[in-house]
Amino acid sequence: MSARDPAWEPVIGLEIHMQIATVSKIFSGAPTAYGAEPNTQASLIDLGYPGVLPVLNAEVVRMACKFGLAVNAVIAPHSVFARKNYFYPDLPKGYQISQYELPIVSGGELRILDEEGRERIIGITRAHLEEDAGKSLHAGFDKFTRIDLNRAGTPLLEIVSDPDLRSAKEAVAYMRKIHTLVRYLGISDGNMQEGSFRCDANVSIRPRGQQKLGTRTELKNLNSFRFVEKAINYEIERQKEVLEDGGSVVQETRLYDSDLDETRPMRSKEEANDYRYFPDPDLLPVVIDEQFIRSVRETLSELPDAKRERLVAQYGLRQVDAEILTMSRPLADYFEATASESDPRLAANWILGDLSAALNREGLDIDDCRMTPAALAGLLVRIADNSISGKIAKDVFEAMWAGEGSAADIIEARGLRQITDSLAIEAAVDAVIAAHPAQAAEFRAGKDKLLGFLVGQVMKDTKGKANPAEVNRVLKERLKS
Amino acid sequence: MSEDAGALHVLTLTELVRGLREGRFSARELTETLLGRIGALNELLNAFITITEDQAYAEAEAADRARASGNAPLLNGVPIVHKDLFCTRGVLTTCGSRMLGNFVSPYDATVVERLKKAGAVTLAKTNMDEFAMGSSNETSWFGPVTNPWNHDRSPGGSSGGSAAAVAARLVPAATGTDTGGSIRQPAALTGTVGLKPTYGRVSRYGMVAFASSLDQAGVITRSAEDAATLLGVIAGFDERDSTSVDQPVPDYVAELARPLKGVKIGIVRQHFDEGLDSQCAARIREALDVMESEGARLVEIDLPTLALSVPTYYVVAPAECSSNMSRFDGVRFGHRADNPTDLLDLFCRSRGEGFGAEVKRRIMTGTYVLSAGYYDAYYLKAQKVRQLIVKDFRNAFRDVDVIAGPTAPTPAFALGEKTDDPITMYLNDIYTIGANLAGTPAISVPCGFAQNLPVGLHLVGPHFAEDRLLNVAHQYQMLTDWHRACPEGYE
Repeated sequence: MSARDPAWEPVIGLEIHMQIATVSKIFSGAPTAYGAEPNTQASLIDLGYPGVLPVLNAEVVRMACKFGLAVNAVIAPHSVFARKNYFYPDLPKGYQISQYELPIVSGGELRILDEEGRERIIGITRAHLEEDAGKSLHAGFDKFTRIDLNRAGTPLLEIVSDPDLRSAKEAVAYMRKIHTLVRYLGISDGNMQEGSFRCDANVSIRPRGQQKLGTRTELKNLNSFRFVEKAINYEIERQKEVLEDGGSVVQETRLYDSDLDETRPMRSKEEANDYRYFPDPDLLPVVIDEQFIRSVRETLSELPDAKRERLVAQYGLRQVDAEILTMSRPLADYFEATASESDPRLAANWILGDLSAALNREGLDIDDCRMTPAALAGLLVRIADNSISGKIAKDVFEAMWAGEGSAADIIEARGLRQITDSLAIEAAVDAVIAAHPAQAAEFRAGKDKLLGFLVGQVMKDTKGKANPAEVNRVLKERLKS
Repeated sequence: MSEDAGALHVLTLTELVRGLREGRFSARELTETLLGRIGALNELLNAFITITEDQAYAEAEAADRARASGNAPLLNGVPIVHKDLFCTRGVLTTCGSRMLGNFVSPYDATVVERLKKAGAVTLAKTNMDEFAMGSSNETSWFGPVTNPWNHDRSPGGSSGGSAAAVAARLVPAATGTDTGGSIRQPAALTGTVGLKPTYGRVSRYGMVAFASSLDQAGVITRSAEDAATLLGVIAGFDERDSTSVDQPVPDYVAELARPLKGVKIGIVRQHFDEGLDSQCAARIREALDVMESEGARLVEIDLPTLALSVPTYYVVAPAECSSNMSRFDGVRFGHRADNPTDLLDLFCRSRGEGFGAEVKRRIMTGTYVLSAGYYDAYYLKAQKVRQLIVKDFRNAFRDVDVIAGPTAPTPAFALGEKTDDPITMYLNDIYTIGANLAGTPAISVPCGFAQNLPVGLHLVGPHFAEDRLLNVAHQYQMLTDWHRACPEGYE
């Protein structure tokens, strides 16, 4: 559903569950590291043993504040942890500690670009702290379910958007933006495979022009950008069919099945829960003063939007390039390091072009890039000063990537230095004109196309080392008269 | 060799500390004497769930070695028992419930840890109402405790085992927990001293929660002086309990000597309205007269919200209880039903079999008051009333240093007398519950007898005024002998 439906307007809100990147859990000292043997990273507190008590990890509060400040939200001077009561084997205490009536962050906003490239402001209703549950493993144990409580007590920030999103693509753009932001802030690794960043989507549709919201469904289990888009699109289409057939949408929770690419209702029993929220008497209210907020604000580095605008202003980059470069802080840092020693626009082109391609080819992140910004700049300087052509530069780049040395070494070793000496070029041009009198005559007679042929011959004779612009200029000059 | 080892049980904790320090008897001898008494006398009392004999001897011998090497801590070799609600590493911790009938705690509660570090020797874990829910010790899965003053009577609850053990001179002191009166009421009914400190004064870590915003650990002893010594050991901030308060711990023993002269004692008009046994009322008035004659000033005050405290408590406490009890689901520890057919069956039968009737009643009440549609009318309303009660106490303490009154409306009642009538049972805590709702410290001290059964004088102080409470209680005990009275057959 990428085309805008003339009759129906989708209304979408996202709840993003983001794992906060602390070393230890939200209410215990147990480590949060991923991938350990089952039940080896759960303390008595995470296991909900009799008599144990939760103690709030201060770092979790600091990171939540960081997020709040980054989206211009209000940081609550007084927020409260509540108990969400329900029975499930991987929920050790029989309740989840979460924030309910008084979340730590509320009323923020985030700018995204819509499908037409226009800026839109998406409201962030709230972001609250909570603990993750454990994992029930159903496969491979005969009729039994096994429980792994390593994840129990992992700190989460649930980020709830206003219902401001109007298409699956917008929802993805918003999610990506949050993803970029939290990694900038260093408050989450955003790892979707490991479940550190996942989301539920509330989806409804209404006739265009209508103010009143339609009945929504909640889609669960969306753990990749692609699935968010596919699930929402599926759901929009499904709701359209229901409504166009004269039916009505049932408010329910639906599970997205990525194998079948469809959503289907979860058992209604799960929805009948009355969670009986009440303030957790084991934890004091979280009190945050101005001084704390100031101290957090001081640790905020430049955020993606500000960085993008600065790159445009400072380096004369195109908005679109600056947008991509600022999607990840390491990439932007790489760019700035390269640009400090070479032409910025050339640096942007090469980083987004050949360098990104090389990284993709090997499935590497910019963090794992073997080529230093200084090395890349060394190549770009040679292009800028006409030592080599852009075409030869690509070969040099590949050689550098293969570890053959610096740009200077490779150019020297392979004798690739561009011929910019006009006398040498004039000689080469004269030789080509002499060798191809017929083509030269036809060009003089007005057959402009033949210039390319003649340039090609000169380049061939000079093994590509002649400066193509210079060759063009000299050829035209020689053949004018 | 020591002085008459057979008479060690009559000594108070303070006297034992002195005797051990001076080497008049060894920790090993003392332990042997008391374990011998426990073996001989516990059957009728049923005060204990587990007797930790091996551990006790090992700890006593370690204490004797520590003394020999010259670095004996404060309570070196002093015997103590813990309410079975405190987690004790490597020892059964049942909470008086079938649910935890097989639960061996992998860690020590902070209270247990601090007492161990101070050199105390753990002799046993005491019987109690199931998960501290009860006022008679009859809800225990391990059977009721009997009152050493009259074995047909209840010792009160929920810390009934602790109170009975101390009253019967089986141990000099016991830990207890108090959510609505569970230390003070059994202390009153057994003629012992029961101290419930300020909420947050003593760590709740390792104390299995009943109602987290009301639960507080404390001690049952034979004198206020003993309670002061023990409080000094167990009180203080614990980073593992966010609700424990980071405030210096005064030298409670040093404060005991202050004279009563000039102390303003509040007498609550509503305490003597109705429901208070006339003989109990007489004992309370006599106690007040004693203190007045020593120069204390009696001031009549009002606690208009007194009558609201029981209904408020029975919304707040079950609400928190219903949530706190959820972790007992048969999955990770405790009782698990045999051959569950599915998950729901596992949950339902494990809990159905594991919990007794009173716990179930409170889980259901609590679940109800927190339910959508009832939350505002019950839980939220109760929290508002609780604030009024807090305000009532705050106002009262503008005019007086302590509030004095009865601990319980009657002396020990007969076992079985109230088990079919939960409301009457709940009303037994009418004088004690306010201190839990307001978080203030309170103490019960013996002040005479009614129907040949002990009566307790209840003293409540402002937050963190344990020093004043213990001081007033101690001064009263300097003037009276009620706390020295010993039940027949336990001399």
